Amino acid sequence: MSAIILFLAVLAVIAGWWLSQQRLTAKPWLEEGPAGDFPGGDAMTWPAAKVGLGVFLAVASALFVLFISAYSMRMDVADWRTLPVPRLLWFNTGVLILSSVALQWSYVAAYRDDAEGVMIGLLAGGAAAVIFLGGQLLAWQQLGAAGYFVASNPANSFFYLLTAVHGLHLTGGLVALGRTSTKMWRGAGIADMRLSVELCAIYWHFLLLVWLVLLGLLTGWTDDFVNICRRLLS
Amino acid sequence: MVDIPYEGIAGTPPAEVPDVELYHPRSWWTRYVFSQDAKVIAIQYSLTASAIGLVALVLSWLMRLQLGFPGTFSFIDANQYLQFITMHGMIMVIYLLTALFLGGFGNYLIPLMVGARDMVFPYVNMLSYWVYLLAVLVLASTFFVPGGPTGAGWTLYPPQAILSGTPGQDWGIILMMSSLILFIIGFTMGGLNYVVTVLQARTRGMTLMRLPLTVWGIFTATVMALLAFPALFVASVMLLLDRLLGTSFFMPSLVEMGQLSKYGGGSPLLFQHLFWFFGHPEVYIVALPAFGIVSDLISTHARKNIFGYRMMVWAIVAIGALSFIVWAHHMYVSGMFPQFGYFFATTTLIIAIPTAIKVYNWVLTLWRGDIHLRVPMLFALGFIITFVNGGLTGLFLGNVVVDVPLSDTMFVVAHFHMVMGVAPIMVVLGAIYHWYPKVTGRMYNDALGKFHFWVTFLGAYLIFFPMHYLGLLGVPRRYFELGDTSFIPSSAHSLNAFISVVALTVGFSQMVFLFNLAWSLFKGEASGGNPWRATTLEWQTPETPPGHGNWGKELPVVYRWAYDYSVPGAAEDFIPQNQPPHATQLIQGAAS
Repeated sequence: MSAIILFLAVLAVIAGWWLSQQRLTAKPWLEEGPAGDFPGGDAMTWPAAKVGLGVFLAVASALFVLFISAYSMRMDVADWRTLPVPRLLWFNTGVLILSSVALQWSYVAAYRDDAEGVMIGLLAGGAAAVIFLGGQLLAWQQLGAAGYFVASNPANSFFYLLTAVHGLHLTGGLVALGRTSTKMWRGAGIADMRLSVELCAIYWHFLLLVWLVLLGLLTGWTDDFVNICRRLLS
Repeated sequence: MVDIPYEGIAGTPPAEVPDVELYHPRSWWTRYVFSQDAKVIAIQYSLTASAIGLVALVLSWLMRLQLGFPGTFSFIDANQYLQFITMHGMIMVIYLLTALFLGGFGNYLIPLMVGARDMVFPYVNMLSYWVYLLAVLVLASTFFVPGGPTGAGWTLYPPQAILSGTPGQDWGIILMMSSLILFIIGFTMGGLNYVVTVLQARTRGMTLMRLPLTVWGIFTATVMALLAFPALFVASVMLLLDRLLGTSFFMPSLVEMGQLSKYGGGSPLLFQHLFWFFGHPEVYIVALPAFGIVSDLISTHARKNIFGYRMMVWAIVAIGALSFIVWAHHMYVSGMFPQFGYFFATTTLIIAIPTAIKVYNWVLTLWRGDIHLRVPMLFALGFIITFVNGGLTGLFLGNVVVDVPLSDTMFVVAHFHMVMGVAPIMVVLGAIYHWYPKVTGRMYNDALGKFHFWVTFLGAYLIFFPMHYLGLLGVPRRYFELGDTSFIPSSAHSLNAFISVVALTVGFSQMVFLFNLAWSLFKGEASGGNPWRATTLEWQTPETPPGHGNWGKELPVVYRWAYDYSVPGAAEDFIPQNQPPHATQLIQGAAS
């Protein structure tokens, strides 16, 4: 459970920093009058949807970190046999990176008022994400064909579970991306769409980051790092 | 949640909007059923939670019938008893209390108290309710599937939860897990709304330190729930896979019905860590909204500002943070590394400090207050006493050496019913009486309300005080019947029968409450907009019950904190939050 505790500690630092900006030491019983008379404490200037996405990313991170916590605890049991990672995953990773880049492109284009660029970026990003999901399914098939079934070893179970959870999050993202693209397609003003495009891009970068962490974990690349952390903690 | 339009998307919403921009449902369906109005959603949440809560209440009667009069009722067998226990616990903790405090009170009170027109993502908010309803229906359907609901205990510990021999192994456990997963998805949608509304949609002048403590409590509890429920989600998904696909996340190798099972190597302890990582914050997810609400009830009905407002806010935040590092105090006897226990015992005892601060501040708020013993106030006082009682036995159980012999006895049952059963329910009932005039525009019947309070309050003590004693004797929890056991004297059996009679009485007295609510809805006196002469914004709405958009054309502007009661020199003993300073002075001038 040390992973989730570390994650919560990071969140606590962020929350503590934010709270420290909110004049929690104010004495409200002495402060009568319009809020403008007192510094701080107004609503954030960020759009609500962006704050909402931020909160959602914190929740999704907690979910993935908890899976990782469970992974690292289950890993210590003697029956764990790390499974060979299909090479296809490297290709998929590349596609997911491209997808993220495309959405970043789209986001930049939105701020340059380049409607065509936005559309190209959205479509390319969406297509790459669909290819990634297809690739993940293919990787499952390859593992299944090689006899690595979901229940035959906990390492396999975690592999299927983590990739599935990540894939479902990406699928959810595709719904939002689809709605944004449809609106763009129907000729919504680019100024109205900037926020949606930006939120899609942020979500995509987040899922890319999650995937890179999961990949490191599943391929065992991060084992050394994890061991160092453990030694530091114990 | 990406592209839901929200008026005034950057920063504070506009103070004044033309009438056409207010939310107006177009048909009966969108007004009362698929409504995006937080107030309607709140009522939907509350009614659904209460309905499934009544099922759990009936289950507790059945359990008490069996415990009080073993062997008398042929329609209760051992398997059913375990099913009743499981469903009673799960429904009460998650589907009733969590849903009612956050989905019910959160939806109704947050937008009104912070001076917003609605939640920031109304569509997602509506979706949240419908997913919750689906979760409740899936849960309720387990009563009708082959094998019935799961009897694994509300903690659903593997391996027994998914092995044959545990009732509900076929369908019950699968549907239970599915229902929990749905509940968490639905809650996350709602939770995002509550948090972002508090952060983004506060009206002009509503700084964080001017928020009523109710909002602080619900806000902090929601943040905690958003971070804690994923642990239950992870545990549920993995247990579901163990059951359906034969994975071994949690399942060790074992012999089942004389045969070696297909499982091997899994860690039941891992499940317990995940479950209690959710389970302990859950206690405070229920408690913090109660703390917040009770602070407002006491301040309003004692006509005094809350004592130590800043300390109350800090204590809420501190309890929220600390509650994430105490979870393993539920696992002293689980076989985990023993020294962990002492770390968690220490953090558990530390959490008593901010909690005690809150209790002292409630009592000091009452000190020399102008106390009006109205029904909401009675319930608030009942809460304080009950919470102190339950909290003190929590200090017993938080210590490893005391917990080990008391673990799995009726003492634990008595403790958690006092501290997170009776105490929060006291607040729920008090809060319903308190805000009933705002929600319906009518006053409840006072005599029936007082009768309801005294029966519930005294009854709860008659039920749960003797139960501590049973626990000290060693009477185990979750047992269908005690039989002839040498260390349990026959007086314990009589005591059990007594508890059952009281429990049934208290249970039926809740019908008086339901009758009162229904009767007053049609026959109650008109209450006016602010019958308690309270300061917070929800009492200052132009209409009662508040209309769509809450505030008419213009949002209120806040000039003061939420607790200006009995201010010296003021004409009245309360000053609403939206009353400008010069207006107060004018009144003061007129009075002098």
